[in-house]
Amino acid sequence: MSILTTRLSISLLSALIALGPISAHAACAEGKTLKEGRLTIATGNPAYAPWVMNDDPASGEGFESAVAYAVADTMGFSADQVDWVRTSFDEAIQPGEKDFDFNLQQYSISADREKVVDFSAPYYTTAVAVVVKEGSDAQNVEPTGSALRKLRFGAAAGTTSQTFLNEVVKPEQDLLLYDDNANVIAAIAANQIDALVFDLPSALFATAVQIDGGKIIGQFPVEASIEPDNFGLLMAEGNELKACVDEVLLKLSEEGKLAEIESQWLGDGAGVPVIDLNQ
Amino acid sequence: MTVLNRRQLHDQRMRRRSLLISGASLLAVVVALVLLVPLAPGWAAVKSSFFNGEILFRTFPTLLLAFVVDLKIFLWSAPLIFALSLAIALARNTQRAALFPLRLFAAVYTDVLRGVPVILLVYLIGFGIPGLGLPRPYNSPYIWGTVALVLGYSAYVAEVFRAGIESVHASQTAAARSLGLSGSDTMRYVVLPQAIRRQVPALMNFVIALLKDVALLSFIGPIEVLRQANVYKSLLANFTPYVGAAIIFLCVTIPVTRYADYLLARQRRERSV
Repeated sequence: MSILTTRLSISLLSALIALGPISAHAACAEGKTLKEGRLTIATGNPAYAPWVMNDDPASGEGFESAVAYAVADTMGFSADQVDWVRTSFDEAIQPGEKDFDFNLQQYSISADREKVVDFSAPYYTTAVAVVVKEGSDAQNVEPTGSALRKLRFGAAAGTTSQTFLNEVVKPEQDLLLYDDNANVIAAIAANQIDALVFDLPSALFATAVQIDGGKIIGQFPVEASIEPDNFGLLMAEGNELKACVDEVLLKLSEEGKLAEIESQWLGDGAGVPVIDLNQ
Repeated sequence: MTVLNRRQLHDQRMRRRSLLISGASLLAVVVALVLLVPLAPGWAAVKSSFFNGEILFRTFPTLLLAFVVDLKIFLWSAPLIFALSLAIALARNTQRAALFPLRLFAAVYTDVLRGVPVILLVYLIGFGIPGLGLPRPYNSPYIWGTVALVLGYSAYVAEVFRAGIESVHASQTAAARSLGLSGSDTMRYVVLPQAIRRQVPALMNFVIALLKDVALLSFIGPIEVLRQANVYKSLLANFTPYVGAAIIFLCVTIPVTRYADYLLARQRRERSV
């Protein structure tokens, strides 16, 4: 064998090794997507910041949009092979065919939901935070369980924030529930509720941008959650793509890519005090 | 036993035949539904997510409790709607020239509020007015949600009353006035009693509609039956609680609907006598 062919075969071999992981991931999604050679991803309508910036998932801006493109990229789909569709929560959990490969809009993974749809491995774990408005009676409330129990709370219906209020905080007054975070914000702006409960990133964004004089009182200790609030990609029950998605998320997490996207779009809740539920 | 003539025999045969045909067609439809629907490929999935007995059993008591909130809102809204719509109808029916602004107001009121979906009124009034900075408890979603329902519904019901007032023949007013009754007494003792009685079946339709539309208040916070079902739906990822809520609504609305039909039939009989 001549030196030239040896070199060629070595370079070919190294090229193959370099290509290896990519082609392996591309293969894991092959023939399992809704449309051959394309990946269809769903999000909420509208999609909220900081998960999707400016309600434009195709921009790649915002945590979930960035995660979606990172997943697509690792699977071997280029950005222009990604199609976005919109669904409401109801549409996504209806039985029957789905018009997306996976759906991400802060779906918390729960055992009851797992019966109807499939979830990927978690791509984010959040804490739950309490927001009040400056100038209201609640503005100086102590971050303790007993002080918070006296407040009138609002939350988006059917979210884990609401379950958390009912099962952990147990406020003395009836909760008020709304369709989505935007309406909860309207209610606190109208002073109809003292405090609202969001996942921490939504709370950080709400206080920075959406609520005039909004202020985070604290976050609940993660161990207080009944189930850790893990967000997963939602897929149709029995979707063949699940194994591939899980593999890709594991890889992204091991490479530190998920943490990188998280720190870029969600910041960290380091400065937010932890609420003492025992007091 | 009386002997039937040919005509009567024929009629009897025809009656039996039509009874047989309607019975057979009903049976065919029921059999088709019972046999064919479960054959649909997605039936098992639909059944477990819409007609799940275990979930219905688990959620029904709480749904029933939440329905009490709907009933309360209904009970305090209905009299308010009745009073306001009657006032609007009377305002629209005034004759004096000096009261023209009142008539104009009543006309604009019905036009505008009938033209806006009630859900929008609930949102706009329920979030908008408390946003002006009212202190608690005056900014309660119950208060302003009720105001929205009352405004929206009285625009419709005022038209029902107006139609009722106009259906009372002019000779009745003329007779009352010639007997020496004042204008307001004529309205109070002669026109209105007849007008309202005639419109009872139409009013019942609004009672049914209101019973269901009370659920719209859930959009601005209160946890009534629709919201409770919505919460269960999200948490359990199952639509059976909605079916449970529908059952609760039907238990109330069907008797009211039957009663309205009965009133309508009675009215028809009275009029044709």
